[in-house]
Amino acid sequence: MHIVIKLFGVPLSCPITNSMNIWFSCFLFIIVTPAHIVRLYDRFEALDKEKTGHLRPQDFGAINRLAMNPIGDRIIGAFFSPGQETVDFHSFVRILAHFRPADKKHPKDPSMPEPVNSRTSKLKFAFQLYDQDKDGKISRAELLQVLRSMLEMQVTEEQLESIADRTIQEADLDNDDAISFEEFRKVPLGRARRLTYQHGPLQHSAPRILSQPHRK
Amino acid sequence: MPALWRSTFVLVMVLLAISRPSLASEATGNGTEHTITTLPIVIWKWEEIHFPYLVALWVLVSWLCKLVFQLNPCLTRVIPESGLLICIGWVLGGIIYGADKVQTFRLQPFTFFFYLLPQIVLDAGYSMPNKLFFGNLGAILVYAVIGTCWNAATLGLALWGCWLGGAMGNIDTGLLQLLLFGSLIAAVDPVAVIAVFEEVHVNEVLYILVFGESLLNDGVTVVLFNVFDAFVSLGGAQIDAVEIIKGIISFFVVAVGGSLVGVVFALLISLLTRCTKNIQIIEPGFIFVLGYLSYLTAEMLSLSAILSCTFCGVCCQKYINANMDERSVSTVRSTMKVFANGSETIIFVFLGISAIDPSIWVWNTAFILLTLLFIFVFRFIGVFLLTWILNQYRLVPLDFIDQLVMGYGGLRGAVAYGLVLLLDENKYKEKKLMISTTLIVVYFTVMLQGITMKPLVTWLKVKRAAVSERTLAEKIQNRTFDHMLVAIEDISGQIGDNYMRDKWNNFEEKWLYWLLMTPIARKSCDPIFNIFHKLNIKDATSYVKEGERRGSLAFVRNENKADVDFNKKFGCIDFMTRSSKDENIFFLRDSVPSVCLDMHEQDLKMRESEDFDAHHLLQQHLYKGRKQHRHRYSRKQLEVNKDEHEVQEIFQRTMRSRLESFKSAKMGVAPPKKISKHLKKDQPQKMPNGKSTDNSKSHAYGDEDFEFSEGDSASGYEAAGGSFPMRAYRGAGIVNPAFMAEMDTMDPMPPMQQIPSWLAETEVDSSNMVPSQRAQLRLPWTPSNLRRLAPLCLSTHSNDSFLLADSPATQEGISELPPPPPPQDGQGQGTHK
Repeated sequence: MHIVIKLFGVPLSCPITNSMNIWFSCFLFIIVTPAHIVRLYDRFEALDKEKTGHLRPQDFGAINRLAMNPIGDRIIGAFFSPGQETVDFHSFVRILAHFRPADKKHPKDPSMPEPVNSRTSKLKFAFQLYDQDKDGKISRAELLQVLRSMLEMQVTEEQLESIADRTIQEADLDNDDAISFEEFRKVPLGRARRLTYQHGPLQHSAPRILSQPHRK
Repeated sequence: MPALWRSTFVLVMVLLAISRPSLASEATGNGTEHTITTLPIVIWKWEEIHFPYLVALWVLVSWLCKLVFQLNPCLTRVIPESGLLICIGWVLGGIIYGADKVQTFRLQPFTFFFYLLPQIVLDAGYSMPNKLFFGNLGAILVYAVIGTCWNAATLGLALWGCWLGGAMGNIDTGLLQLLLFGSLIAAVDPVAVIAVFEEVHVNEVLYILVFGESLLNDGVTVVLFNVFDAFVSLGGAQIDAVEIIKGIISFFVVAVGGSLVGVVFALLISLLTRCTKNIQIIEPGFIFVLGYLSYLTAEMLSLSAILSCTFCGVCCQKYINANMDERSVSTVRSTMKVFANGSETIIFVFLGISAIDPSIWVWNTAFILLTLLFIFVFRFIGVFLLTWILNQYRLVPLDFIDQLVMGYGGLRGAVAYGLVLLLDENKYKEKKLMISTTLIVVYFTVMLQGITMKPLVTWLKVKRAAVSERTLAEKIQNRTFDHMLVAIEDISGQIGDNYMRDKWNNFEEKWLYWLLMTPIARKSCDPIFNIFHKLNIKDATSYVKEGERRGSLAFVRNENKADVDFNKKFGCIDFMTRSSKDENIFFLRDSVPSVCLDMHEQDLKMRESEDFDAHHLLQQHLYKGRKQHRHRYSRKQLEVNKDEHEVQEIFQRTMRSRLESFKSAKMGVAPPKKISKHLKKDQPQKMPNGKSTDNSKSHAYGDEDFEFSEGDSASGYEAAGGSFPMRAYRGAGIVNPAFMAEMDTMDPMPPMQQIPSWLAETEVDSSNMVPSQRAQLRLPWTPSNLRRLAPLCLSTHSNDSFLLADSPATQEGISELPPPPPPQDGQGQGTHK
């Protein structure tokens, strides 16, 4: 059962549940402005070259800059839940919503579920970039893969391995030779903490949209 | 040290050589006009050539000064170069004064404005980081226009107030004259600012703000100067509202007109470089001549010459760099640097020399000190005020420290000095006082603020960066976050979605490229194409080298880093026999990188327990997030962008991993898809490739890297070059998935089809050629895995290692097969070895 709603001037044809969810995520989980959604919808359509309403991995792959990101492919992968090869607008927004800056001004309402842009869910997102087999642990092999893609080519395999071992040693609290999410989030984060709290990229979009006329 | 003394000695000698003849010539100059009685063999012709000779000697001396103190790096680390040059100027001036008893040399405004300044401005414009500049143009304009007016007005008014209050004693001046003085000294000087900021490393936004401001505010200064000069001539009584409005109008006309002249000349240059293909030798000359003409033209029309020259450089850089031959571009760049850096040196030396002249010094303690104080204070107030306003609108607000550095970076320089020399002494009774004050201000800001700037920045930075990354996990995680945020910004299109920029880009692509670029250059504008082009060249080089290696000993001399890399990485791990052979060769090579690498490794083994080492390694070799890539303007060195190599490397790896995910997946699904026409077309071209890969396969296991990129870039080359009219295929049946998305627009899939197109391509391959051995071997478990992993398998490393982890035994079996299959993942095997 589909309904066509006009969401902030953008006609959206979607199943009722989805549209409910969009509203829901709009106003409850992530407090975004309508302009955000409209903008993201534009972006979604721009990426969706074949106008199917779904994005496929290669739609993301067409973003040139992603190919220059060492973990770009992992991030693309994070948009697709297991078993699915496409992502619709709703999930797209939900995933991007992770990167809204955490709202420090409004204290968290305890009755609400944890917002999707909290520190924990941001860390969880990062965690799943490492944890590709979804067993809740970053194994040595998984860490090695990430390291390999993030370090320059001239680093030798032995060096890589020693770094990986060391890193796991540092973070591993229960001595299972893997980093669980609990251990992962306990890593003292300097810059990352700052980033998760303040410099979520979507934060920038808000002023950019709102202040567009002012910018030269 | 001896070298230092020796060069100092040489310098003094040169100086004496200059000043002596000048004296001698004056003494004997008039008496040499005797008639020739016999044919002279040698004649002393100093009179005829003395002017150009002196000029050349002065250039030489100034540059030697630079050489002298560059011998002592400790000194330049403490005192900025500009300050040192001024000091040397003092010394030289002292020597000349001592010899001549009168200061014969000083910086003339005409020389400064027409021979020394243009190349500096042109260079600044030409090497301006365009994106950054236009991205912050609003803020820059606010600082340059409003900030400068504010500085001029407040300084003039404050001095006037003090003068009325009688603080300065008895000097003959007035409100208008003080305002004029304020306006000429208000502008932050590009020469001084660049000289100092180049040495302290501040973040790029701050840098472009200060730099852009200093460039653009000269236009404002010149206008204000002219307006107030005219007002002073008119006299206070005749100035009414009309005149003031005229002044404001003239301000806009001068600034906008100057910029327009610059843009017109930029167009001219770009058009001209379109058709200079046959005269490549003097190609670079056009840039300089036209750039200079833009300066002169604006000056002739009494528009802002500096703005004109800046905009000329800014606007034409992209097109001329694309149009001209690569060699010409590098010629332009290096020549530009020679000119700019050279004239900067001369300017500072002469600023120093000019001071050693008692005839220009008039001391008025109150006036000078008050000027210094007001300049300093009002600069800060202005910066804070304007930043506060700007921060209301800025995406990334400037924080307090940035504002401090910006305020502190308000250095005055030679432009102010040149302007003050232009004053007419009949109108301005206190011209000498103004000159001395300007000199003092310049010295104060350049020397004192210049010297303290670096410690200040480091001190502030240290305070800021108190949170250090102590653990490796932290470091890695931080970097992951950086990359993640960059990627998310790319996906959500934060950067590209600016409406105005989109419009501009469209316009540029549609019209400007067509108008201003040669067709060949137009093609290479595509960044992806560029990267592929570079990769291709790299691969070709390494291919040739590989051939040489096999065929002869010639390779011993020209070894490149890439080869060393894979020898280390693949050779020694996978092919013990081969690697031992390689190791021998390895030590024969006299290339630096290989030795370094080797030592590094040894190092690591020796102190493996030391955390420091790992930290260092990470710090050095972790890819940077794109945000941290610096676009810096430096007058001292030509920019060699190391980041670009990094980007290429990442790009190559991404492509490889996508390719491999395709390879491993390709037996999985076979949806109907018809492509046949290009195969034939491509085959002839691809034959050599195919052959070479075969060769390398049978020879070297480690060639995988090389082989891959060859095929990859070849296919990409075509795809990009032909603006994606065709599907890129290569003989071995490898499709470059990176371009599938773009190509899909030509050939849209039915919307309901859920299979990614790179899987869809497989049908052709499997029907047309035999799948590779590895693919066949993998057949039993690939399809199921593929289905499960499809969403994630974009990152092949993971995919591969799952497979590897699942069946290590089989994997070993594969690698023992003769001949070795295309090594899917040398690194992956390394992991599990």
